[in-house]
Amino acid sequence: MRVTLSGTRGSLAAAGPETVRYGGDTASVLVTTNGFFLALDAGSGIRRLGPMANGRKRVDILLSHLHMDHIQGLGFFDPVFDPNVEVHIWGPGSVRLDLEQLLGRYLSPPLFPVRIRELAAVVLHDVQPGSFQVGPFLVTADYVSHPGATLGYRLEHDGRVLSYLPDHEPALGAQEFPADPDWTSGHDLMLDANLLIHDAQYTDAEYEQRQGWGHSTFDHTLAIAEQCRVDRLVTFHHDPSHDDDMLDSVAAEITGRSLPFDFVPGRAGTAFDV
Amino acid sequence: MAQPIEMILLRQWSAYQALPVWIMDVHGDLLYYNEPAEELLGLRYDEAGAIHANDLAARFETTNLDGTAIDTEKLPIVIALTQRHPAHAEMRIRTEQGSWRHLHITAFPVEGLGERHLGAVAMFWENPDG
Repeated sequence: MRVTLSGTRGSLAAAGPETVRYGGDTASVLVTTNGFFLALDAGSGIRRLGPMANGRKRVDILLSHLHMDHIQGLGFFDPVFDPNVEVHIWGPGSVRLDLEQLLGRYLSPPLFPVRIRELAAVVLHDVQPGSFQVGPFLVTADYVSHPGATLGYRLEHDGRVLSYLPDHEPALGAQEFPADPDWTSGHDLMLDANLLIHDAQYTDAEYEQRQGWGHSTFDHTLAIAEQCRVDRLVTFHHDPSHDDDMLDSVAAEITGRSLPFDFVPGRAGTAFDV
Repeated sequence: MAQPIEMILLRQWSAYQALPVWIMDVHGDLLYYNEPAEELLGLRYDEAGAIHANDLAARFETTNLDGTAIDTEKLPIVIALTQRHPAHAEMRIRTEQGSWRHLHITAFPVEGLGERHLGAVAMFWENPDG
């Protein structure tokens, strides 16, 4: 499978000259194989994926959760307005509301001029923890530590594994971290992944002020990647206040460490063959 | 196999509770008990680990306050697990060391997202009168 980062930013789009190297668009990742088109999340980064879907009859989108930075690009993704393209959107409901009701809160006035039921050929799938097939991918989903119903995903194809946990705070409340794998959020989704795309929003100092907001520090992410024995880690969901120079500085420090996996700081436009 | 996130967060919450807390899975296995529960039960989680449902009754005998046997189905934790609603009771429990404790026990079911019945939590209050 080919994995392309389109939006790597978290929380809020942060376009500007200071973010051109890592990108300012919010979460969206394209996964393709054998002509199948799958987007992970629909932050503002999904807008740039629209033209790549031209000529396809089917497009799939897996939503990790429904915070705005993961869905705000939906209404700007061309295929949802094309009656010739079947767009399958997969994501979590909440305790009381299903995916359609939740997405409808954004895709309706006054937040958006078009209602979700007016979109061309959209098929919604409420995802529960477990495994299911999406085209050629065996997808395993499970709830992970982040405020509100949030899914992490594990995609398997031809014996290769991509794990995607863009918003994840496995260290929340843990008295030691990483702890017993059985008691670590998301562990089974990430175990032995060839490529892990994982939240790394905060510095240690920032995390002190933002515990419980649902995100990880760089060190949390490195630790869990090591525990899960991944081959390659991509740090993701960059804080909007972290400019290119700051992220370069962190990346240089991490690259200087002896790590049991490849480390790649997530930059929009970077592609990986998994 | 990793526990559901609801159970992980309950464990993390219970680690900060001054009250004894048990976390049980849907089969009645005692997955985790916090430090105050260790003290109450005379068992250390790090040493004993999870306890299978079948071993619980043998390890921790329970009776009514007058010493008569309790119908298992009336135990708060069993009600929470099988009937999926909260329950409260006052009873005696024999610790691993053989001493009897007079306890109030409140249990509630853990109903996760997607209507998944995941287990139950029990909280213990020691009767101040002994």
